[in-house]
Amino acid sequence: MKFRYAAGLICSVFIAPFLATFAAAGADNSPSVDFVRDVQPIFQRRCAACHGPAQHLAGLRLDDRESASRVIQPGRSGDSRLIQMVTGASGKIMPPVGAKLSDDQVAILSRWIDQGAKWPASSAPQHWAWQPISRPKAAEVRNSSWAANDIDRFVLARLEREKISPSPEADRATLLRRASLDLIGLPPTPQEIEAFLSDTRPDAWARQVDRLLASPHFGERWARAWLDMAHYADSDGFEKDLVRPWAWRYRDWVIDAYNRDLPYDRFVTLQIAGDELPSATTEDRIATGFYRQTMTNREAGVDQREARFDQLVDRVGATGTVFLGITVRCSQCHDHKYDPIKQRDFYRLLAYFNAADEADIDAPLPGETGSYLRARPDYEKRRAALLDEYGVAELQSQWETDMRRAMDEPGKQLDWDFQITEIRAGFDHADRIMRTPQEKRTEAERRRLTERFLHSPGPRFGADKTIAAKIKEARDKLDELDRSFPALSMAYVMEDRSDFGTAHIALRGDWKSPGEAVTPGTPGFLPGGNAKSNTRLDLARWILSEENPLTARVAVNRIWQELFGRGIVATSDDFGTQGDRPTHPELLDWLATEYRRLGWSNKALIREIAMSRTYRQSSATRPGLDKIDPENRLLARQSRVRLSAELIRDSALQASGLLDTDVGGPSIKPYQPDGVAELGYGALKKWTESPGREKYRRGLYIHYQRTTPYPFLVNFDEPDSTLSCTRRKTSDTALQSLDLLNDPVFFEAAGALASRIATEASGDFSARLTYAYELGLGRAPSEKEIARLASYFDAQSGIRAKDAKAIDPWVGVSRILMNLDEFITRE
Amino acid sequence: MMDELTFRRIQTRRRFFRDAAGGIGTIALANLLAQDGRAAAVTNPLAPRKPHFPGKAKNIIFLFMEGGPSQLDLFDPKPELEKWDGKALPESLTKNLQLAFIKPTAAVLASRRQFRKYGQSGIEISDYLPHLATVADDITVIRSMHSEAFNHHPGQLMLFAGTLQVGRPSLGAWVLYGLGSESQNLPGFVVLSSGAGTSGGESNFSSGFLPSTYGGTMFRGSGDPILYLSNPEGVSRESQRASLDALRDLNQEHLAKTGDREIASRIDAYELAFRMQMAAPELLDFSKESKATLEMYGVEKEPTRPYATNCLLARRLVERGVRCVMLMHASWDDHTNIDKKLKKNCDITDQPVAALLKDLKQRGMLDETLVVWGGEFGRTPMCEIRNPSEADNAGRDHHPVAFSMWMAGGGIKPGQIVGRTDELCFHIDEDPVHIHDLQATILNRLGLDHTRLTYNYMGRDFRLTDVSGNVVAKLLA
Repeated sequence: MKFRYAAGLICSVFIAPFLATFAAAGADNSPSVDFVRDVQPIFQRRCAACHGPAQHLAGLRLDDRESASRVIQPGRSGDSRLIQMVTGASGKIMPPVGAKLSDDQVAILSRWIDQGAKWPASSAPQHWAWQPISRPKAAEVRNSSWAANDIDRFVLARLEREKISPSPEADRATLLRRASLDLIGLPPTPQEIEAFLSDTRPDAWARQVDRLLASPHFGERWARAWLDMAHYADSDGFEKDLVRPWAWRYRDWVIDAYNRDLPYDRFVTLQIAGDELPSATTEDRIATGFYRQTMTNREAGVDQREARFDQLVDRVGATGTVFLGITVRCSQCHDHKYDPIKQRDFYRLLAYFNAADEADIDAPLPGETGSYLRARPDYEKRRAALLDEYGVAELQSQWETDMRRAMDEPGKQLDWDFQITEIRAGFDHADRIMRTPQEKRTEAERRRLTERFLHSPGPRFGADKTIAAKIKEARDKLDELDRSFPALSMAYVMEDRSDFGTAHIALRGDWKSPGEAVTPGTPGFLPGGNAKSNTRLDLARWILSEENPLTARVAVNRIWQELFGRGIVATSDDFGTQGDRPTHPELLDWLATEYRRLGWSNKALIREIAMSRTYRQSSATRPGLDKIDPENRLLARQSRVRLSAELIRDSALQASGLLDTDVGGPSIKPYQPDGVAELGYGALKKWTESPGREKYRRGLYIHYQRTTPYPFLVNFDEPDSTLSCTRRKTSDTALQSLDLLNDPVFFEAAGALASRIATEASGDFSARLTYAYELGLGRAPSEKEIARLASYFDAQSGIRAKDAKAIDPWVGVSRILMNLDEFITRE
Repeated sequence: MMDELTFRRIQTRRRFFRDAAGGIGTIALANLLAQDGRAAAVTNPLAPRKPHFPGKAKNIIFLFMEGGPSQLDLFDPKPELEKWDGKALPESLTKNLQLAFIKPTAAVLASRRQFRKYGQSGIEISDYLPHLATVADDITVIRSMHSEAFNHHPGQLMLFAGTLQVGRPSLGAWVLYGLGSESQNLPGFVVLSSGAGTSGGESNFSSGFLPSTYGGTMFRGSGDPILYLSNPEGVSRESQRASLDALRDLNQEHLAKTGDREIASRIDAYELAFRMQMAAPELLDFSKESKATLEMYGVEKEPTRPYATNCLLARRLVERGVRCVMLMHASWDDHTNIDKKLKKNCDITDQPVAALLKDLKQRGMLDETLVVWGGEFGRTPMCEIRNPSEADNAGRDHHPVAFSMWMAGGGIKPGQIVGRTDELCFHIDEDPVHIHDLQATILNRLGLDHTRLTYNYMGRDFRLTDVSGNVVAKLLA
């Protein structure tokens, strides 16, 4: 069972009736089959791996009319070998792996053959996603009063074809909680709900949407989805998994970009090539941190060429997945088996990034530069005096001579060999910098190297106790000096460098087997690839060009996914032939053109969607509907969507009043049990809980250590940050239940919620419980719910009467509330 | 077999036909289902699943010796090295060798260990492993293992995920995905750790792109064995049950209102959590184990205590239907001082490992439990010296080209040595077994065809063995 199964399901439930009702009938009165629309997708998905461009087993190609004619007898499906093979009538069955073709798929193939097996003149694959985008006319609907905008007309037209009516609008409380979670990632406060419920103005809803779009928390909510795609983390990954103390600068840039509604075209351009813009600002350069989320292997002994190659492959993969929705990574080793992406295309894309290097730059935060510059002369004087006092220049020069010799003569001195191995893995550009004459090194390079020397002075000085002690003393004093002077914040960026040479195709994907040299260029099967194109900026321009059929579709599909729990193309990471087809192709194209028309404004597009009746429908299932459309592809209702890990935390902290709402800044470390961080390499990692209120900041600020991630995030399906993730999986596990029940962070929140109930609410049990429900779920409890919790309250009171250490019943009620499915679900 | 979307579909409809112990949500939904007519399609992702073909083994215990134990000092004696001891090898032998730290010109280090033949099978085992020697006839040593990675993290990825890339599912996750779990009260894939942390960290037992349900659950060495297993202070068992009853009723109420089947599965997850809370203390309670058993493992003495505890736990987990247990012991990465460091690890692990095999055997469990011992690679015949000024500090570098592992139980033909390395243990002379072959064989013993155990992700079918791997016929009973 695979997507294929899913495809089968759609065929039987949706497409088949659609064909039956609306397509022109063929001569034999059975519905007419169209090769491109109906037949080719089956060939591409189920047959192409063996009978397609890459392989032609048994000499058969089903992407080639002439070759395919061997197994097709037009007009006579029963005599056609194709049908005999897919039904198993000939004794053997095709495809030999995976599920059989569904009855509907076989029926489509049979009808197509019986109708004459018409094959269009051009047999080139006509995959929908490669076709140009044009703006469809708004669909005609019968119930035109339901539609609030064109989005609704597309959705309703489809529903009317299926003779399904849309769902009624969700009640206002649900609606506000939905939009709050979707737009800013926080549940509404009782005051906000009250304000909305009592607002009788006709534009009350629009006002709420606008209020949320203007919130500084909007950027936090939408940045997290983008960070999944950038595969953001606060550490290197691999064995050493060193912390990246400035990774958050990129995260802050993303949050800020969403908050100021940076148009998507600009947003993309800056991330791909912000540094290449004329007069690039520091902020523009920080945007390239998108490509600094690749992992870095600092295990001593790593082959630096291999490590860099892996990083390039990752950058190309991210570019394909995130901006274009295509799985270019499949072409690292060979031409793509399903999509027309050649291996050469992969390496031409790689060539854009081959000239780019990692750089760690000074990126002062507001207010830092002045004091830094003022203190600088004094600092430099003291530093020079200190280095002079300990004769560091001379010692370092001796060390460098030893190191260079060891680089030139590997194997001669074992202890020096080890030094070289270590410095290459742990100190970027070790060879280049050590071989650059002192006076030609940059200031930053000089400082880094001195620091490195003092921290790892090598065997010669290590053996001499007096000198070793002297060096250590110098190092301690220098560290002390650094700590006592203002420093500049930094950021991790990309910048061009000329010394990487030409990119080559890596034969079979192996960097050790370089093939043909390649120049930068865009994939040949997509339009616009002929223009002269060398830089990352050129690549960004091509990605954003009007004729690129993917960029806008892929982007709006993800926005849709965030607002409905599922994209119009469910496989938001794969718009290729193996991905799902759009449930509403015209709506997708309409949104894509609308996005451009709105100047690539996220907020404007989100506003239009949030204003639609489609978005505002109830998410409850209806009798019958669940049977026809269990996955809610047709959008006859909204969907219930489980909150992401971060938003579950944020909701609990918000409801309990613990949340620290500060936006931006360095990562935080909330409580984590002992023994988690220590599972990392050598048990060297320590987790020091953040001081003060910092530990109550939002989930997206939690420090992400790649080899030992924060357990709560893992439990609730946070992606592991190794590859771009465009849609998270959601699971239900017992470990999640234990976490919400017993994790001290959540238990503390339950306690805090209980004290809010005690201090902020008054009256009898049901009045207080109503307040608790408003804080936690944004609604009042039903009579039944009140009665059930009252009975729990009594039981727990009884337990407490016998055992003074037992928790307060209100803490118990709060804990239950925060464990409800509804609490962790946006409805 | 399945992909993300199918999995989602199953999740939404899962657990309607759970065993009687589970399924509170089951009852609530019986009606919905009857109308639906899709009942037969309903599956719990962790319910036991039929293998591709009848497997010999039902469970697997992987004794992962992190860092790369030295095959030269444990399982693959090379007297020929004596001749070369202290000298560099000819270039013809070393020219294509990729090494992490040392250079190909490094001097050879002959093993200082004594080897003897044990049991009827006469398998050679070093004097560092006297306990394993007593069960020599139950194991099969593979001397011809080879891998592609010469650094730890990539090596561990290769061993457990079949690739050098991060982000793929681990062996345990694949097995759980293929077979589900017999246990309804414990996680289906449990990881036990002793010693230091590992280079691979989570990736050694991660679910990768498979649903997280299939990932390994790490039992912790101190405090709760499962994170957040204990109730907070002030919440007794009675109090927890009262909370869960209210939670279930309220969730059920909401299920009726929304019709969302996810809620049924959420209800079940809470019930499983509660059963875990009940089952774990019993699992960890060794008081009913006989004194002889505790002594055999070495649970009550140092230095065996931590590893012995994990080995005994492994048996108890398998006994309770847990599908995969992985024991991680770090680190065997002996670049220096190999004689001393290797002895330390052997002293910690040897007795418990042998006891585990004996215990499984005497309980009739060895036949259906596959036990695998090994690291991500082996070590070089050449010596590594990091600091020439200190005497006797020689160690060995990483050697993925030819190294040893062993397997036992679960359909493995016991009492033999498979594969042969050359006189210097530099290369493999006979029957090379690639990591992918090992993985294919492990899956085969569990009734899974490694070419059919696939998952569609990002547009293609993935499998543990990537595009290679052959079942090793000589290993099969």
